[in-house]
Amino acid sequence: MANSTSGTLYRGQYGMWSWVAHRITGVAIFFFLLVHVLDTALVRVSPEAYNAVIATYKNPIMGLGEAGLVGAIVYHAFNGLRIILIDFWKGGTKHQKGLLWGVIALWVIVMIPFLVRHLSVVFGG
Amino acid sequence: MSTPLKTKIQVPRSRDLEVDGVKYNRAGSSRSRFEMFAWLFMRMSGIVLIVLVFGHLFVNLMVGEGVHAVDFGFVGGKWANPFWQVWDLVMLWLAMLHGTNGIRVIIDDYAARNTTRFWLKVLLFVASAFVILLGTMVIFTFEPCPAGADPSLLASFCSAH
Ligand code: HEM
Ligand code: HEM
Repeated sequence: MANSTSGTLYRGQYGMWSWVAHRITGVAIFFFLLVHVLDTALVRVSPEAYNAVIATYKNPIMGLGEAGLVGAIVYHAFNGLRIILIDFWKGGTKHQKGLLWGVIALWVIVMIPFLVRHLSVVFGG
Repeated sequence: MSTPLKTKIQVPRSRDLEVDGVKYNRAGSSRSRFEMFAWLFMRMSGIVLIVLVFGHLFVNLMVGEGVHAVDFGFVGGKWANPFWQVWDLVMLWLAMLHGTNGIRVIIDDYAARNTTRFWLKVLLFVASAFVILLGTMVIFTFEPCPAGADPSLLASFCSAH
């Protein structure tokens, strides 16, 4: 049985850190979304108002921020799938460590082409 | 609201979940029925959101000129199409409800005082309801070719009529 020195599925080791990261990314995406819907609502004010605000996003700092946002959501999404597999798939709890490596691998596989494309758009002028 | 010990009566769920002699059954109160629904909703909405959010990011960041293409005319081009209206509407509702429920759980975890928890949740629910309603209103009342606007700022199909 699990005890306090070996940790449990959720406490102590990678299980906990993956959960901390899931929580932080979830909160960050939520606050992004609040602002995102508000700025998108400017299309109801006027084309000029929307374009003026969007233009302030078109710089390298915001471009890096977008890359960070996408990194956060890609992690949250794949780790969310891992949580779902642990809950619903029979072998999920047994293979959860392997699943976490799967999350990290998928993250790298998605982020490399994304970063190449997005950063060349942002820095390529 | 404590449930009396049931010795003989079976819980109305498929079977007892028993691990190492510890039973992880949930009581059948309406409170836990809501938590069960919320738990399931987090998972169902998550699966749908992967498709919706990844599709959104791909179309808005990767295709064509990437983020550089985003402006009023770009939004007009997308929301002139009912497909993207429905896409964004479902994404808005699912992401906001999923995120709001997630923050609700986090408030329960960290805010120890009853009154603090209560007011944080009031703030959360008011902010979420406002954003959901605003976003919905924007999708349904959006006008891609507003009368009198500078045509160079609009989607190309606006000048056709
Ligand atoms: C940097 C990344 C992002 C960019 C450049 C972006 C851009 C846009 C644009 C241009 C629109 C207008 C309509 C459309 O194009 O469909 C929009 C709407 C929307 N986006 Fe994003 N988006 C980004 C990330 C996200 C993320 C991560 C989410 C979800 C968590 C999201 C959720 C939404 C929703 C719900 C709407 C509809 C808003 C409304 O109803 O008024 N977006 N986004
Ligand atoms: C892209 C697809 C997504 C998937 C697959 C996903 C999946 C999940 C899952 C499985 C949970 C755990 C629920 C639980 O422990 O009961 C969760 C929690 C959460 N999600 Fe998502 N999610 C996604 C998108 C989002 C978005 C767009 C937001 C923000 C608007 C968000 C915010 C949160 C928050 C705040 C939590 C609570 C974290 C916690 O309690 O530690 N998620 N998500």
